[in-house]
Amino acid sequence: MSEQQSNTQTVTPAADAAISEVLEKKELRSWKAAIALALFSVVSIILFVVFPRHGQTGFRWSGADDLITLPTWHVDAATTGTVVTILLVLLTALVVWVTLQTGRLAPRTRRLITTAAVIVFALAFMVAFLAWAMVGNNVPVTGLLLGTVSLSVPLIFGAMGGVISERVGVVNVAIEGQLLAGAFCSAMVASLTGSPWAGLVAAMVAGVLVSFVLAAFAIKYLVDQVIVGVVLNVLVTGLTSFLYSSVLTKDAETLNTAPRLSPVAIPGLSEIPVIGPVLFNQSALVYVMYVVVALVFLGLFKTRWGLRLRAVGEHPKAADTVGINVARTRFWNVSLAGAIAGLGGAYFTLVSVGSFQKEMVAGAGFIALAAVIFGRWDPIRATLAALLFGFASNLQNVLAAVGSPVPSEFMLMLPYLVTILAVAGLVGQSVGPAASGKPYIKG
Amino acid sequence: MKLELRGITKRFGNFTANDRINLVVEPGQIHCLLGENGAGKSTLMNVLYGLYQADGGEILLDDEVQEFAGPGDAMRAGIGMVHQHFMLVPVFTVAENVILGHEQAGFAGVLKMKEARQRVRDISARFGFDVDPDARVGDLPVGVQQRVEIIKALSQDARVLVFDEPTAVLTPQETDELMAIMQQLRAEGRSIVFITHKLREVREVADAITVIRLGKIVGEAEPTASNADLAALMVGRSVDLTVHKEPAQPGAEVLRVEGLTVLDENGLKVVNDVSFNLREGEILAIAGVQGNGQTELTEALLGLQNKVSGSITLNGAEILGRSVRTILDAGVGFVPEDRNRDGLIAEFSIAENLMLDRSTGEPFVKAGNVQRAFRDEFATEKRTEFDIRSGGINSLASELSGGNQQKVVLARELSRDLKLFVAAQPTRGIDVGSIEFVHKRMVATRDAGVPVIVVSTELDEVVALADRIAVMYRGEIVGIVPSNTPREVLGLMMAGERHTEAPEAAHEVTA
Amino acid sequence: MNPENEAEQPATRAERRRQEAEHAHEIEEAVVAALETEPVPSEAVSAPVGGAPVAAAAATATATKTAAPAEATPGEEEPASNRVLREIMNGPVVLSFLAVLIAFIIGGIMIALTNDEVQETAGYFFAQPGDFFGAVWTAVSGAYGSLFQGAVYNFGKDDFATGIRPLTDTLTYATPLIAAGLGVGLAFRVGLFNIGGRGQMLVAAAAAGWVGFSFPMPMWIHLPVAILAGLAAGAIWGGIVGFLKARTGAHEVILTIMLNYIAFYLISFMLRTPGLLQAPGSVNPKSPAILESAVLPLILGPNYKLHLGFIIVAVATAGVWWLLNRSSTGFRFRAVGTNPNAALVAGVNVKNTYVWAMALAGGLVGLAGVMQILGTTPDGMTSGIDAGIGFDAITVALLGRSRPWGIFAAGILFGAFKAGGFAMQASEGVSVDIVGVVQSLIVLFIAAPPLIRAIFFIPAPDGKLTRRPLRRNSKAVSA
Repeated sequence: MSEQQSNTQTVTPAADAAISEVLEKKELRSWKAAIALALFSVVSIILFVVFPRHGQTGFRWSGADDLITLPTWHVDAATTGTVVTILLVLLTALVVWVTLQTGRLAPRTRRLITTAAVIVFALAFMVAFLAWAMVGNNVPVTGLLLGTVSLSVPLIFGAMGGVISERVGVVNVAIEGQLLAGAFCSAMVASLTGSPWAGLVAAMVAGVLVSFVLAAFAIKYLVDQVIVGVVLNVLVTGLTSFLYSSVLTKDAETLNTAPRLSPVAIPGLSEIPVIGPVLFNQSALVYVMYVVVALVFLGLFKTRWGLRLRAVGEHPKAADTVGINVARTRFWNVSLAGAIAGLGGAYFTLVSVGSFQKEMVAGAGFIALAAVIFGRWDPIRATLAALLFGFASNLQNVLAAVGSPVPSEFMLMLPYLVTILAVAGLVGQSVGPAASGKPYIKG
Repeated sequence: MKLELRGITKRFGNFTANDRINLVVEPGQIHCLLGENGAGKSTLMNVLYGLYQADGGEILLDDEVQEFAGPGDAMRAGIGMVHQHFMLVPVFTVAENVILGHEQAGFAGVLKMKEARQRVRDISARFGFDVDPDARVGDLPVGVQQRVEIIKALSQDARVLVFDEPTAVLTPQETDELMAIMQQLRAEGRSIVFITHKLREVREVADAITVIRLGKIVGEAEPTASNADLAALMVGRSVDLTVHKEPAQPGAEVLRVEGLTVLDENGLKVVNDVSFNLREGEILAIAGVQGNGQTELTEALLGLQNKVSGSITLNGAEILGRSVRTILDAGVGFVPEDRNRDGLIAEFSIAENLMLDRSTGEPFVKAGNVQRAFRDEFATEKRTEFDIRSGGINSLASELSGGNQQKVVLARELSRDLKLFVAAQPTRGIDVGSIEFVHKRMVATRDAGVPVIVVSTELDEVVALADRIAVMYRGEIVGIVPSNTPREVLGLMMAGERHTEAPEAAHEVTA
Repeated sequence: MNPENEAEQPATRAERRRQEAEHAHEIEEAVVAALETEPVPSEAVSAPVGGAPVAAAAATATATKTAAPAEATPGEEEPASNRVLREIMNGPVVLSFLAVLIAFIIGGIMIALTNDEVQETAGYFFAQPGDFFGAVWTAVSGAYGSLFQGAVYNFGKDDFATGIRPLTDTLTYATPLIAAGLGVGLAFRVGLFNIGGRGQMLVAAAAAGWVGFSFPMPMWIHLPVAILAGLAAGAIWGGIVGFLKARTGAHEVILTIMLNYIAFYLISFMLRTPGLLQAPGSVNPKSPAILESAVLPLILGPNYKLHLGFIIVAVATAGVWWLLNRSSTGFRFRAVGTNPNAALVAGVNVKNTYVWAMALAGGLVGLAGVMQILGTTPDGMTSGIDAGIGFDAITVALLGRSRPWGIFAAGILFGAFKAGGFAMQASEGVSVDIVGVVQSLIVLFIAAPPLIRAIFFIPAPDGKLTRRPLRRNSKAVSA
């Protein structure tokens, strides 16, 4: 009897049997999506039906000087509110029904329906909300989106830094510090050299330096990563504030007057209505951001670099046993994360303001962290989350300008509330890289 | 490829894990490294694999001295390892896991996944594995995961393959298949080091046997050596795992479990419709390969599991769904399977650990204050009674050896007024002296009239302690049989074969 | 979009759990033989920075592991005096002192570098190096001298009563720092990282302030009610975190950071909204002044700012000490903080413990907010009332190693920095921001003893791998 034969005969069926014999599974119903939608439906009933606002709201799609102008839509706020509310309730019912079908419908089908419902729900809610809040005014759609992108740029850079760092297994609470250090150094270097490009390089270097400290303490000295991150934020805040008061202000003319990066329109693309001015008439840093997001996404999931990085973040010992140097991989990728986050800092000084101010980052680093978590450690989703947060914050600006019925503070709160809902599991599952935050001790 | 280790020495502090070990493995040979848990087998292999740096000695491959700075070097030199704890990234696909560390990549480091998948398929085909290269490793059953580990080693064309305790998580049937694979690898001319502490497996496939104890090589044996000889070499003295006990005197029924089902957080039925009962003064052993629901079953008894259905009654009172606190107070004593994780607080002193599950009321607590004088007095007493060897009652639990730690857990649990005693893997990883002590105390507990449930993956222990044996497989109890059931039958049951003998009938036999 | 993020699969979990279990088991194996006879000196496990947060189920294995080599020292031939010296040098007190020293040196370098005089003399350094070093000395000693005089005793004053005033200022600044430090430290001991100081302080100050300016009452009832209102608000804000963590498994670091901002915007909104917290007739986002009957009385007379709050905080410190070291609740807190799995098996309701511990921690941090509104700035509340104390408290708790009296001492030290920092800025023109730099450097150095050893050429305690790392418990408890 040949061994080969006996193997093929016994092994293959056994493997099959093992797979099919996996423990019996009872599908668990998840009510999270349904509950979330129901909650928002109640909000919309209260806002749009119980307290409707009457009048016309316009949605303006293009500026006066655009090449292609689109007509402005006018809708009746109260009608829109009622119609949308009915739609929202129906969508909620649909999701409830889908949830009740657990076990009967295929999981994939359920997920598909639920996701679609949630997206339609969100868009519809937003339209009704804008119509309600901006009654009697025009909603400058392009301006709203343009502002969204502006406010999101540093968040996206920060979030990319966060994604890389956390994916490789180092919790990065120091994004705030990296942004601030980037902002400070880019302002100073750009002012001294007169070149915003030198400023960008300086921002990256600054971010890397902060990362070096984080990496050294977290990886070499095994200090709790969250603690290092928190303390680093305090350190960078103190350091930049101290240097600002004792160096920059003494000679603001030469040290703190940075040349700004001006928008560069991409011929052709920038003429597209709405999208053109929003995406393709931006400063070079924004184009760099597009590239960074794409590279991080492709790099993480398609390249050797990404595979090793993720392996180190998920199961460092496994990576070690195939010859990957865990400490070195972590160290350099955390540094890379710092460089990317540093670029985000430069946006404040080289694009938005043109000079450094004390504590000018003002919590953007923490919103970026929120975007990482809300985006479930995925570069694309984190970018979308950052855009959402930027949108909320910009919407608040727009609403404030017309005398908003919603206190601006509540709009500003939104990213944080959404993140709490996300980590509390109401909006999807947030499971991070398995070994994130855990120091790797060899042996 | 010929592997030779010369005088390998590895120290941790002043503890010598490997002491001048010499080993020669010829090509086309399966060389068994036999030894008890903690004998230093895994340390030796980690040195070979470059995970540890030896303090002395050298590694030779085909008579050339090798320097391994890390596992990468060892792999390049042709050494592959199938780790005891699979070194696989659960969220990666099979192909990703296989190529990790030596990826083929094109422009800008873009992975050549197509080639990787093909490679997995090729190797699978060669050994008759049925492994989908795109399956997520975390979704695969343990046995298949092990095959992925083997593919991983072979994809590097390892000429020396190390299997570190590969059968610990396998059913007897899967073990047989693994043996066949090893023989096939041998036929291809690879050198194989097979680390195990199970005698049966050694005798089945070994071409040469080296026995290691307390970090030293204590002898070599032919595969024809008798079990008794090998065992004696392994433990250094003749082992007597038989526990001296009188026949059980079962009294009234105390525990009744009916239709107990436990779901894990993903809705898998890790315990599936389990029913059994237990009387005063008897020991029920729960046998089975690790990970077949034993852990969850004992946890459910203590109220540690959330998604449970069915019924557990203790002296007629339902305890299913009650809090751990209530169940402990009802008189359930519990020795958890992993004492470092669940049984002790390493940073707490012995005295504090001894009051751990009585932190809510008298005698340890009065008016919200810990009664420190009473606690210390109690600890001093128990330290003597249970022979806990330590610097004193204020020594931290982390400073104790495994055996002494287990005695602390035992002392704490047995000092309460018990109605039921549940011990999961009570002798895992402790020295022989402590094992005997633990066994004695458990029999004494039974003789005092307390029903005992003991979970063990070691068949020897099960047979030695049990009055009745329940075998679990994939969350179900496949049968409850008397303790004199032949091992072959138990082995088949552990592989999922239902035993014809009805539980009640089995009970009659012992009663 | 990306398969990695799907919920963890069952097999994975089971596998992971198995590995965890066996890993610990395996390490212990290796150590068994080494430990069988002789117990290890407890130093290996003696508390590193942060005290309890250190422990961790994950760290248990490490603890066991470090235990083995720790025993290695005896038997080596070396003079006993060397060993004693080395042990002293490696003691926590010496290392803490050295951490403070090195932080001050770096701070001094920064002060010197940014000093005009120093920059000027550096220009002709090679001609007259003496000038340069003189300028450095003047700048640094001037700054630190005024820091000391602003924090402890002002030698420029004639009588003791005025000269000692800086010390009382220090204690005044220390008061909220200690309270908030206790809140953070208590949470650490239960294995939780409370970065939510800012939010807890804001809601507590708002609640205490609201009671303080809204309801005229006799002092003996008004003051306690105002304080309790603040404590309750802080406790609720902290309790939310504990509740969400217990119910959903959300990580408290994220929750507390997010709740900080939510509190900030909420309080900002209330402060600018008439009828809520805004002072009537005002357009500024500021509350009315606290009524006299709810202001914490000065305890050393009108010449000193030190108020009753300091006594309250001292009592709170004693209370937390009792709670953690003597009470059964504290026993359970510490059990959960060091090994939540074992605590669960021992019948401790871990989830409730998280809720109560966070509520208590929030209450203590809230006490800091109360001190701010009823003691430091009773003339009205703004949204900046927390003054960064919520974050400073983290450094205080770390420096104090999460021990109540350690936090008390660390709070006074950082209070001195604050008091002295303002004096330094006023008299020497050195920005007060340098204090933040020095503070964070202290904590960083304390967290990494090997770094300090490297800087001061202290040999590491022989045979030990490293001191046990500063670690919190990050392992979630299932069930």
